[in-house]
Amino acid sequence: MTVWEAARLALRGLRANKLRSGLTTLGIIIGVAAVIVLVALGNGIQSGFTESFGSLATQITVNANQEGTNGAPRDLTDADVAALDDPVDAPDVVSATPIAGGPVTVQLPGGSRFRTSVTGTTAGYLDVTDRDLVVGRMFDATEERGKAKVAVLAPGPVEDLFAGDAGAALGSEVRIGRTAFRVIGVVAATGQDDVVITPLGTARSFLLGGGDAVSTVVVVARSPEAVPAALAQVTAILDDRQSVDDPAERDYTATAQQSLLDQVNQTLSFLTLFTVAVAAISLIVGGIGVANIMLVTVTERTREIGIRKAIGARRRAILQQFLLESTILAGFGGLVGILLGVGLSTAAAIALPQAIPDFPPPVVDVNSVLISFGISLLIGLVAGGYPANRAARLRPIEALRFQ
Amino acid sequence: MIELDAVTKVYQAGKVAVRALDTVDLTIDEGDLVAIMGPSGSGKSTMMNILGCLDVPTTGHYRLGGTDVVGMRENALADLRNRRIGFVFQSFNLIPRTSAARNVELPLVYAGVGRRERRDRAREALARVGLDGRGTSMPNELSGGQQQRVAIARALVTRPAMILADEPTGNLDTTSTREVMELLVELNDAGRTVVLITHEDEVAEFARRVVRLRDGRVVSDARQEALRR
Repeated sequence: MTVWEAARLALRGLRANKLRSGLTTLGIIIGVAAVIVLVALGNGIQSGFTESFGSLATQITVNANQEGTNGAPRDLTDADVAALDDPVDAPDVVSATPIAGGPVTVQLPGGSRFRTSVTGTTAGYLDVTDRDLVVGRMFDATEERGKAKVAVLAPGPVEDLFAGDAGAALGSEVRIGRTAFRVIGVVAATGQDDVVITPLGTARSFLLGGGDAVSTVVVVARSPEAVPAALAQVTAILDDRQSVDDPAERDYTATAQQSLLDQVNQTLSFLTLFTVAVAAISLIVGGIGVANIMLVTVTERTREIGIRKAIGARRRAILQQFLLESTILAGFGGLVGILLGVGLSTAAAIALPQAIPDFPPPVVDVNSVLISFGISLLIGLVAGGYPANRAARLRPIEALRFQ
Repeated sequence: MIELDAVTKVYQAGKVAVRALDTVDLTIDEGDLVAIMGPSGSGKSTMMNILGCLDVPTTGHYRLGGTDVVGMRENALADLRNRRIGFVFQSFNLIPRTSAARNVELPLVYAGVGRRERRDRAREALARVGLDGRGTSMPNELSGGQQQRVAIARALVTRPAMILADEPTGNLDTTSTREVMELLVELNDAGRTVVLITHEDEVAEFARRVVRLRDGRVVSDARQEALRR
């Protein structure tokens, strides 16, 4: 007998008991759908995270230490930044962007003052840190060189001064420290939101005072893979410039943001894994349901098995029939579960971001679909294995005598 | 040709060994209609199981169409039952919720016959037992007599060497009994070997030869003018 014939027999057996077959598959359906939906949710959160913080993957931040290892700390300077941007010594570094920062106050003419901080930097800062503008523009290189009194505000000061209205902020004049600045742009929220961004020279001349010191250098590596090499080049250059032999003597800290990103990503993966494990339990419970029903079926149909054997069914044919019944049952449940899971995920991808702003839409993972379908087939085989084997081993005389 | 040669069957019932058949010799010629009779406990059922290749003798030889059944593996026995024996049981033993035609087709499925040929042969067999047009009926929609005729069609469809009928009329009323027996006689007249296992004299009256068993032994073996033909 061919497998095809056995499948037809199995299908007929399942159709004879539609309600029972349906209820049995329900366990598998729910399990598979739960796995797919939860993996999709986890995926969505993870890719939403990567999208928001993806630029961190290539970033190395170099901070000047507050305390020196030997008396007053050595500052990072413009010359250090220029050295880091050297294509020969640091081939894996794409750019080095200086930041001079410090606390300042902001106010509207005649209004009250708010504490915030200033980021004095270069025109490329927004690209390097992957910040988006809500309105307006970033200052350009000419303004940077000319120490123009222009500022790009983050949401914090916009909230304080303009009640969050970015449109009102654009073009207006604000006092930063004691100097009047024109607001030329507003950036989107990213988490570091209580800040005003001005050209580096402007910040030094009017807000922070002082010479060529920078507090932070944002170094961008060629690619996420090149980060370790770039990090080594950065420390080599700075160690050389600060005449450091022992890492403990450094007056700066260079950190690859990647490792932070990796850690968060890993934590997210673990969380997804846990929720999927919970969903997988329902899949296993569904499998037990299939095994249970197959045992009942075999007992109920003992006589039928006896008849089939008497008229010439080989052991293998009976085994095939019942194995296929359970596999078709579980496989069908798997297919319906996939449809349900993908459907729910797609619906959630449309509905959720509307209901909850910024909720990352679920992303269906093809692997989760394939694997959960594979597992449901496997469950069918395993759950059907024992009952089917029992059926196949029945002796025809005894099976025929069974009432 | 069906030959039992000193067949003994011993069952282990607890600690007691029961000798259900004791050195039985029996030869059934092709085309014969034999009734095997005996009271309960005489070894009739064991005889039926052995003749039907559902069980193998403890000692002795059973040759069905020249092949010795003793020592055969389970699969070989299944194939033998499939090809050489057509079973008719007392309780019909049709597969429930499965149409008459599909029931009749079933032995051919296990024999690996293609679908179209199966359907044709099932239709033919159903027509042979007077049930043409009832192929789509489910067993529970058929009367006892009709169900038994479907079972006979199923036994016929593989063109077996022997039709083995175990109390075929035990669950039937007088009219259906008569119809079923006449059908078996008709098949026998057309050349089929039929073996009846029965304890009813009225059924045995249709046979050409009556073998009586008692305590696992053949006590009488006589040809008779078929009384009810």
